[in-house]
Amino acid sequence: MRYIPSSPAERRKLLQVLGLDSIDRLFDTIPEAFRLKRPLDLPPALPEADLVQHLSELSRKNLDPHSSAQFLGAGAYRHFIPAIVDHLISRAEFYSSYTPYQPEFSQGTLQSIFEFQTMICQLTGMDAANASLYDGASALAEGILLAHRAKRRQEILIAGFVHPEYLKVVRTLVTTLGIELKMIPAGESGACDVDRVAGQLTGQTAAVVIQMPNFVGRLEDIAPLAQAAHRAGAVCIVVVNEAVSLGMLEAPGNLGADVVLGEAQSFGVPLSYGGPYLGFMGVRMEYVRELPGRLVGQAKDAQGRDGYVLTLATREQHIRREKATSNICTNQGLCMLAATIFMATLGKQGMRELALQNRSRTEYAKAALIKIPGCKLPYPGPGFNEFVLELPKEAIAVHRQLLGKGIVAGLPLERYFPERKNDLLITVTETNSRNQIDRLAKELKGAL
Amino acid sequence: MTESKTAFPNNLRYTKEHEWVRVEGTVGTVGITDYAQSELGDVVFVDLPEKGRALVAGEELGTIESVKAVSEIYAPLSGEVLEVNESLRDHPERVNGDPYGEGWLLRVKITQPSETEKLLSAEGYKSHVEEGGH
Amino acid sequence: MSVERIPPKRREGLLFEKSVAGKRGCDVPLWDGPEPEALSPSYLRGEIPGFPELSEREVVRHFTRLSKLNYANDEGLYPLGSCTMKYNPKVNEKIARLEGFGEAHPLLPPEAAQGCLQVMADLERYLCEITGMDAFTLQPAAGAQGEFTGIKMVRAYHESRGNPRQVVLIPDSAHGTNPASAHLCGYRVEQIASDERGCVHLGFLKERMRDDVAVLMLTNPNTLGVFEPEIGEICRVLHQGGGLVYLDGANLNAFVGVARPGDMGVDVMHSNLHKTFSTPHGGGGPGSGPVGVKDTLARFLPVPRVIRDEKGWRLSADFPESIGKVHSFFGNFGMHARAVAYILANGAQGLREIAESAVLNANYLRKRLEGVYHLPYTSPSLHEVIFSDKYLEKHGVKTLDVAKRLMDYGFHPPTIYFPLIVKGALMIEPTESEGIEDLDAFVDAMLRIAEEAAEDPEVVRSAPHTTPVGRLDEAAAARRPVLRWNTDPEKSRPD
Repeated sequence: MRYIPSSPAERRKLLQVLGLDSIDRLFDTIPEAFRLKRPLDLPPALPEADLVQHLSELSRKNLDPHSSAQFLGAGAYRHFIPAIVDHLISRAEFYSSYTPYQPEFSQGTLQSIFEFQTMICQLTGMDAANASLYDGASALAEGILLAHRAKRRQEILIAGFVHPEYLKVVRTLVTTLGIELKMIPAGESGACDVDRVAGQLTGQTAAVVIQMPNFVGRLEDIAPLAQAAHRAGAVCIVVVNEAVSLGMLEAPGNLGADVVLGEAQSFGVPLSYGGPYLGFMGVRMEYVRELPGRLVGQAKDAQGRDGYVLTLATREQHIRREKATSNICTNQGLCMLAATIFMATLGKQGMRELALQNRSRTEYAKAALIKIPGCKLPYPGPGFNEFVLELPKEAIAVHRQLLGKGIVAGLPLERYFPERKNDLLITVTETNSRNQIDRLAKELKGAL
Repeated sequence: MTESKTAFPNNLRYTKEHEWVRVEGTVGTVGITDYAQSELGDVVFVDLPEKGRALVAGEELGTIESVKAVSEIYAPLSGEVLEVNESLRDHPERVNGDPYGEGWLLRVKITQPSETEKLLSAEGYKSHVEEGGH
Repeated sequence: MSVERIPPKRREGLLFEKSVAGKRGCDVPLWDGPEPEALSPSYLRGEIPGFPELSEREVVRHFTRLSKLNYANDEGLYPLGSCTMKYNPKVNEKIARLEGFGEAHPLLPPEAAQGCLQVMADLERYLCEITGMDAFTLQPAAGAQGEFTGIKMVRAYHESRGNPRQVVLIPDSAHGTNPASAHLCGYRVEQIASDERGCVHLGFLKERMRDDVAVLMLTNPNTLGVFEPEIGEICRVLHQGGGLVYLDGANLNAFVGVARPGDMGVDVMHSNLHKTFSTPHGGGGPGSGPVGVKDTLARFLPVPRVIRDEKGWRLSADFPESIGKVHSFFGNFGMHARAVAYILANGAQGLREIAESAVLNANYLRKRLEGVYHLPYTSPSLHEVIFSDKYLEKHGVKTLDVAKRLMDYGFHPPTIYFPLIVKGALMIEPTESEGIEDLDAFVDAMLRIAEEAAEDPEVVRSAPHTTPVGRLDEAAAARRPVLRWNTDPEKSRPD
């Protein structure tokens, strides 16, 4: 087999050293009854060219990204990825290396993690951030677990429109531990009603969770919600689905958030049908020992040279075992590196411009689409790059019609809110050209 | 104040979980032994209870973290926490350098004096360690 | 043969230290449309304090230099036990990046994602055949998340029968994620001691098996690289008591194509695509930990699941007893695609050769190193072998020192101090991706280090000498953690 370096002759030589006459002897410790008497029933081995052909054919059974215009977000965002990101993460020293448990051999990885941690803190206004988590949904679950541990309380208030897929994951991950989720419906504007939230805070509330921008694309007023949470002794958790928004929106830490977490897929990580993605979590210093996942810190060696090292490891599973802050054993390594390179490449100005552009194009799209007779904006207030459009007809059928013309007109919300049959969640990023937006408006009008 | 570095000072009583107590009237000063600190390695963080907290003998009262391990600290005696060693917040390494002196963890008001009889003497603790007691 | 590693002369500074105001690495696409009404200032931030400003050239230089501070699997042996650091085929990277896959949005209607859905369905089918299980979920993003998913399904199973039970049994040799995962599912963990062979003590297990035990979490071969010879009996004991058996599939590389956990009585297991199935370790992720179950547990699998109807592939959440979901979408599809490519490249024969070569290589290392390094367990090894530092104790040299000195010889150290049941453990897993030359070079280095321990222990104890940094003061780093760079330089130096 081409990936195995030893030839049959070399293998015979190794067997000789072991004094064995056949490789099968090596498996003598596996009871006879369990040893396979037949080869596995799998397709025949493919040479590389045939492998590429077979999988290329499969990949072409998907929507062609070049001949379509996509306005779909809802937790996963299509953004431009600079060429150097993929080029650099493809260096073997980055992708074929392991978790940096031996710091002397992994300063490259460790320093890039330290840089990632720093930039997440800078964007979110937090004091400490970890080396990443699996995705935004599990990051939210981990944030809720952190608040539960830190405050020793059971109740979590979910304020307003938080991503429904995230809530499904949170329910699966935390409810065994007796944590209760209390949903507080948003106000009519699509954003949270601060009084309604404050009214539900009790001495049993561990945390208030707010998504910013929220699932229907609206901006939340974080400061009064954080104040209300603090008055009740609860943690204020802000969830971010669309990390690009942090380029222009105020850092949640400056508005009172104690924990800022979410999804950083927008930073140089391809859509890749849902994964691998990139969860992140930042906290105020008082919660740093409760942070799950890997942490990199600065250290010096005996000669006084600066280096980086995994630290505060006693929180983690390999030491604390059943008392660990989490069972997580990995970070999203290469995805985190892609995000670090992305952020460094865009830089201070680029991050801001990218955010501004997303909003500009979205506002342009909003203006064009509400001109279509019968179309309305249920939540016309401040937003970023997503909004809900209410059609005069059932959205799923219209969506299918437009798909036939190579346009993905957002996400029909019936999927998450069965009574909202006429609503679409439309997302516009810097990858949607003016022509594409104009065409969306034209075709949508034609379909209605 | 640096006590001599004898591993098993005679004027103290010990638990099998490697805590020591110095009993002075109704007040007990508690720490971890020289053996315990050397097993743990460099101490980086100590998590101690609040003043006023009630303790039950044998119950976990906090943890000590080193780079590679975390150990629970168990109450050697029942009582009430009078004082904790705040200096360990900035200087956790005192637990390693002077486990019987500056590395003390907390002071307790002893509510059940008869419990001291169940504690090990220096000889008894030394044998426990030598027998490979964990 | 050894690799000379000349460390770079200057320290590679941080992005923030090199930042110069006004520089940028990339231009955002042009927008020629109207500018919208500004947002209220209360929503807006000022500039991002301390965020780097660099040219593209500098970013490329920075990360290229950083990469050279790393040791990589592509350059040499990486014998980490239980990590299976095998070759990552480059064609898999090409395949994962095919545009139809890389640019597919997870919320596309199924008719627009038939290719992705088929990749997932194919992988589930292949994994079933390879492991002998009946159904799979590809959602868990890593092995540890797979464990959580599996134990959660165990709990759902017991709850459906009226009693969730309280206890998870775990051997004392297990990986730390096992008890951590069990605890997160609301179970109490009890350890089962190993016997003198390093295997589960069947007598203790029989004694302990009562109706409060939900599941036994087993790694097979165990973390000592030893196959549990009584696995059939172990599964029977659990089943007779109404319990289940969970297999941590981290060590599947030892017997893929030779035997199947499903045939041994295992009810639920996870596999690690980043181990047996070659997806790259990426400096710490992303991984993927698909979970396989027998039919009895299939109804509890996370949703959505890939199903086929007359229109083709689609995703269905119509499984009322499902435990829910553990990932925002469907798991790490990018890793699924790579694993499918790997399985198709190997075929049945190739997969079997992997196990044969992996076990052969590990046993060769064992044969050449035993006698010089202490073997704590004499049971036959499969794909990994554990030594200890016992013979070096008299020279004051420890496992940690051996690991650090190996770096001077150009090798990544094996796993150290795990499993916990061996004092000073050195766990070596070469995988099938090593030829005899590299194995011999590694052996020569290990033998030389043992000699150095006797002749000149200080050179071993103060190693490494040729790496970019020496041993770092981890205690100081943990006492006064500096976890980020700060615009105020005072704040970013540790005391």
